[in-house]
Amino acid sequence: MTDLIPALSPEEIAEIEHEVSLIPRRDGAAIDALMIVQRHRGWVSDASIKAVAALLEMSAEELDGIATFYNLIFRQPVGEQVILFCDSVSCWLRDADSVKQRLIDTLGIDYGQTTQDGRYTLLPVPCLGACDRAPVMMVGDELHSQLHDCDLNALLAPGEASD
Amino acid sequence: MIDRPLTQHLRQDGSPVFMTDYRGGGGYEGLRRVLADSSPEDCLQQVKDSRLRGRGGAGFPTGMKWSFVPMGEKAGVGPKYLIANADEMEPGTFKDRIILEQDPHQLIEGMILASYALQANVAYIFLRGEYTVAAERIETAIKECYSAGYLGENIQGSGYSLELHLHRSAGRYICGEETALISALEGKRANPRPKPPFPQVSGLWGRPTIVNNVETLCNITHILTHGAQWYQSLGIGQDSGTKLFGASGNVNNPGCWELPMGTPIREILEQHAGGMREGYTLRGFLPGGGSTDFLTPDHLDLAMDYDVIGKAGSRMGTGTMIILDDRHCPIAMVRNLSHFFAQESCGFCTPCRDGIPWIVQLLDRFESGQATEADLALLEEKARFIGGMGNTHCALAPGAMEPVTSALKYFRDDFERHIHDGRCHYHSDVGGH
Repeated sequence: MTDLIPALSPEEIAEIEHEVSLIPRRDGAAIDALMIVQRHRGWVSDASIKAVAALLEMSAEELDGIATFYNLIFRQPVGEQVILFCDSVSCWLRDADSVKQRLIDTLGIDYGQTTQDGRYTLLPVPCLGACDRAPVMMVGDELHSQLHDCDLNALLAPGEASD
Repeated sequence: MIDRPLTQHLRQDGSPVFMTDYRGGGGYEGLRRVLADSSPEDCLQQVKDSRLRGRGGAGFPTGMKWSFVPMGEKAGVGPKYLIANADEMEPGTFKDRIILEQDPHQLIEGMILASYALQANVAYIFLRGEYTVAAERIETAIKECYSAGYLGENIQGSGYSLELHLHRSAGRYICGEETALISALEGKRANPRPKPPFPQVSGLWGRPTIVNNVETLCNITHILTHGAQWYQSLGIGQDSGTKLFGASGNVNNPGCWELPMGTPIREILEQHAGGMREGYTLRGFLPGGGSTDFLTPDHLDLAMDYDVIGKAGSRMGTGTMIILDDRHCPIAMVRNLSHFFAQESCGFCTPCRDGIPWIVQLLDRFESGQATEADLALLEEKARFIGGMGNTHCALAPGAMEPVTSALKYFRDDFERHIHDGRCHYHSDVGGH
């Protein structure tokens, strides 16, 4: 099994070992470890699952069961930025459906897909907790609100995706 | 005396209050006094006397919850834990975000005080992953606390020590359920756990653990600083204190306001939310998030108190109301909510995992005009079963069915008309889908 560990970088291993040091069980760091790998690589591949599982002394199957449970852990490659579109009830009441349609028209993709240029992946997300400013979505780490007044073309135009 | 303790430090522009300004406004003064003068037992008694009830949705008395934590030698060997539930994900709820982003020290001071009362030496803030701005500001505030000697070894020379960590979650609504949250913090799938054992006795890593909502913990700061009597006097109805109330939907001024417990619903909707937008009429509302029962315009004069709303057949939940207007189909609205809960089921038990998607399919038949009287009967039967306490592993499915069963009660005409007309009569207007 040890020959699988080099699939993780020394930085990733150091960060994961730091998380392990804070808790009583190695496999308890599973979610943190997956998030660390994702921060470095953008997503979590099968090779990463095997390597992290070996490092945390657990089975790859069990770790994959955890990885696939959480919606912010990506088991497929995603675009440079992930768009988390809120389609929960308060945004729906403020016409999120038509904003979503504009988003689909602008990007040419639907939920679960990535633009051909690899810049954006579109995903639904549970209520983003900004219902007073509905409809809302996140682009990368940034929240965008009151989207019916928003020029989506300008927001998502090339050059806007770097931050 | 302060009458809006939770929002007293907030600024008009929403910029964050950090250590210098927080202390300038009296922050950490309560902590200093408690550590110098009060025992953990005194603190627990104050919290019990305050009659504070949990602000996360269930409304359980906080002092009673804490009183189940074993103290002294009864706690056995190893740490006890306090966890702030900052996994704000209930549909229509946007109250904790405000404190987490703008006044993180208020939460941290409440957590230190709560941890001291419980003699917990390790605490976590379990923050939903999408709250990126809050994450940065909490990290800054935690660093400030370690530098100022409010966290770490021997806090303010009291001999009491506390480590505080921020955990950024990887998603899923179910993590807001306290035992599921503990599973997630242990690195597992966030399946809820059977109770007993209760987390107060056997929680994180099998050790005594308290999980409290962000707003609940913020209240601790003020109760232990100003006393239980003062706190009780803030409420204008049966319950103590103030509450972060909110309204979203087609109102003129959607927002979140700190108001006394017991504030009438009409005052919140008409004065603070500014009434309905022009061209929209109020049809109903969910008083405290997506998993509470509908109330109607007949209930506008009720006080926002836990037992008053309970007696009216709903729950105060998170206190952030979602407003249904006359231009949106009530069936489409509960379809949206049911879809959310179907998606967020952890999948552990069959009635929830398979039952809620069945409800979505039935609601879709109404929206597409295919529903029959038999579908209506089936919908009622299944919603009642899935919503029956004890029929599912945790409270997610019963919560999910609250808007469905109450819609069947209050908007039955809409269900009948969809069957009769063979279509959704809102489709030509906004809000169909």
